[in-house]
Amino acid sequence: MATLTRREALALGSAILTAAASGSLQALPSELKIMAPAAPGGGWDQTARVMQGVLTAERIVRSAQVTNVAGAGGIIGIAQFVNGSKGDPTALMVSGFVMVGAILMNRAPVTLDAVTPIARLTGEWQALVVAANSPIKTPQDLIAAIKADVTKVSWGGGSAGGVDHITAAMFAGLAGADGSKVNYIAHSGGGEAMAAILSNRVTVGVGGGSEFEQHVKGRRLRWIGLTAPQGTAGLPGPTLSEQGIKLELQNWRGVFAAPGITEAQRAELGQLVERMVKSKGWADQLSAKGWQDTYLGASAFEAFLKEEIARVSGVLGQLGLVRA
Amino acid sequence: METLSLLGNGLAIAVQPMNLLFALVGVILGTAVGVLPGIGPAMTVALLLPITFKMDPAGSLIMFAGIYYGGMYGGSTTSILLNTPGESSSIVTALEGNRMARAGRGGAALATAAIGSFVAGTIATALLTIFAPFLAEVAIAFGPEDYFALMLVAFITVSATFGSSRLRGLTSLAIGLTLGLVGIDKLTGQARLSFGVPDLLDGLEVTTVAVAMFAVGEAMAVASQKGGADDGKVEPIRGSLWMTKEDWKRSWLPWLRGTAFGFPIGALPAGGAEVPTFLSYATEKRLSKHPEEFGHGAIEGVAGPEAANNASAAGTLVPLLTLGIPTSATAAIMLAGFQQYNLQPGPLLFVTSADVVWGLIASLFIANTMLIVLNLPLVGLWVRLLSIPRPWLYGGILVFATVGVLAAKGSLVELTLVLVLGLLAFAMRRFDYPIAPVVVGMILGPMAETQLRRALQISNGDATVLLTSPISATLLVVAVVALFGPLLWARLGWRMKSDED
Repeated sequence: MATLTRREALALGSAILTAAASGSLQALPSELKIMAPAAPGGGWDQTARVMQGVLTAERIVRSAQVTNVAGAGGIIGIAQFVNGSKGDPTALMVSGFVMVGAILMNRAPVTLDAVTPIARLTGEWQALVVAANSPIKTPQDLIAAIKADVTKVSWGGGSAGGVDHITAAMFAGLAGADGSKVNYIAHSGGGEAMAAILSNRVTVGVGGGSEFEQHVKGRRLRWIGLTAPQGTAGLPGPTLSEQGIKLELQNWRGVFAAPGITEAQRAELGQLVERMVKSKGWADQLSAKGWQDTYLGASAFEAFLKEEIARVSGVLGQLGLVRA
Repeated sequence: METLSLLGNGLAIAVQPMNLLFALVGVILGTAVGVLPGIGPAMTVALLLPITFKMDPAGSLIMFAGIYYGGMYGGSTTSILLNTPGESSSIVTALEGNRMARAGRGGAALATAAIGSFVAGTIATALLTIFAPFLAEVAIAFGPEDYFALMLVAFITVSATFGSSRLRGLTSLAIGLTLGLVGIDKLTGQARLSFGVPDLLDGLEVTTVAVAMFAVGEAMAVASQKGGADDGKVEPIRGSLWMTKEDWKRSWLPWLRGTAFGFPIGALPAGGAEVPTFLSYATEKRLSKHPEEFGHGAIEGVAGPEAANNASAAGTLVPLLTLGIPTSATAAIMLAGFQQYNLQPGPLLFVTSADVVWGLIASLFIANTMLIVLNLPLVGLWVRLLSIPRPWLYGGILVFATVGVLAAKGSLVELTLVLVLGLLAFAMRRFDYPIAPVVVGMILGPMAETQLRRALQISNGDATVLLTSPISATLLVVAVVALFGPLLWARLGWRMKSDED
């Protein structure tokens, strides 16, 4: 099917040459393999597929292939990635906040220590919302309600021990309550949780900011606040920090390389990802999907990851979901 | 009347040649993936999303809708012919449909499924057009206590699938409930019955269990019979290939009743496509003039559930389009599709992107028509599958079932599960335990458990919430009537008879 004419072949060849000359790459990696440790359709899968599209469209790599290994918050995928791709400089895996929790809660044999951090790519700020007719109007009202009786404040969000649950526990902790007493109602999938929040069945809803935007515009929900740092641009609503509550948490996604690659190979993959992140194609895709660019390079990402794992394991321990 | 003119505009968009082509591609793809167990419409749409990025939004959404409806159709074909449900919503279809197919009535079973799906799909899409915004409000008012009451009704009515012995039926149900427990508990995040195997943490896939129990178990049972090829011979066609006048007469009411179950339950955020098929099956068994035929190939038991699952597919679009709430895996991925084009489903979608929405709704009508035009002529061809000699046919079913499961997950654990559960099903068949309650328990058990615990968690442990919610209270009354009504009727009937004597 794809036979190149001589002129096209020449053009392609020179394009490759210029690409190689402009970057410090010796040659274009012929093929990149990106694993999404989740079923098609979810956030990790979409990240992997956007990467695939941008990397090839911007001619950063010749081809990229996405594989899905679904199950258990990604711990099946990471185990397979570590065993199957050791020392392979063309293998990448998408991961994120959810996997940190899943590994801790299930005491997974293979952890994020086994893979090589390359970059943090995107993030979504968490948001707290209430139904439009709720008596709670500000974060302070919510704190007062929690102080009065933490068990009477019910939280609606995603799976137990996931990013929503952790957000709820951290907020309750700021209000001086015991995280394990938080009355958190876990839901599978965004739909069920949204129905519970919209119908004012739960006191407060927690989830990714973009999920609620439309309903706030439609005046069915009201922001309590987002978990972004003060002064973050392009937010749909007010942050908690500008209302005097220090809670910063993002549901981040990043990319990792295989274990056992050389420092040079790691640096090369890092540059490749950096070029992708700086491209226009990437920016376009991010704005279409409503994802925030929260890029961190390899060493900064590694430091961030260490802190994040410690923080999450502390909260999950408090919730009784991880036993020391 | 504004609705009608909007729908007219939508039709004008949907009948553009390009969009018709997309609808055609969608329904063909959907039928194909519906046929394969394990691979469903959700996965297909997810894999197509990146490819359609550069396409026109209306065109690709029309294609996705075609895949969705097509999947519901395709699932029933293998249920009926091979006793291998392609989707969890066509499990009930296998109960009567496969019996019919073996008695040479496969053509009629396929036809009533196809026409029932068409009728239900069309009525439900019309209901979607008219009532979507209103229904969405009712649907989100459904709380966990109400779901629990609905599950109770379903539990009581599923006794219709128990076969001859209650005790054996309950034993099977208990096996199903146990299988449903496997995996991470949704409310506390703790693993149950996973024995340290990470692949089990997400629980068992309903289609995997259904394929193992129905298809693999049966293949083993057939292989174990001495000179199996001669026993219980399958007749490909007996009498008319088509539906007889009698079949029509027995089908049209179940179609309508199935739609009445499917559409509203599909519109509930946690309703699903399986529950209405159970309810429809049980209702048809109760109301049928030929209850003795149930378990041996009663056409009502195919017509009702098939209508119900298609109607629920339309119902699912109610919360998706009006509130932006995805209530099934496919709907969740369609939502991702909308967002890809910067369309945000929700109350504003009907205003901001009216042409897309009405184009989509109109294309549902078109997809439905296409499906029946495509599928009815194929009935004759499909039925010929049954004239394949049994060893070959069952060998083929085994390959087909395992390939489907492997393709979906690509995991050895999953394959082992299919074989182990197949052996279990074989043993159950051997000792005359019914299979259907296992799958029913596995679907309903976790739903009922989660909803009850959620209701109690929200009410801080106050159980009266089950009675104070009007919806829940009504459903509980229905449950009580369904449980004791037949006993009472039997008593009364007996007494009247004895009076006459």
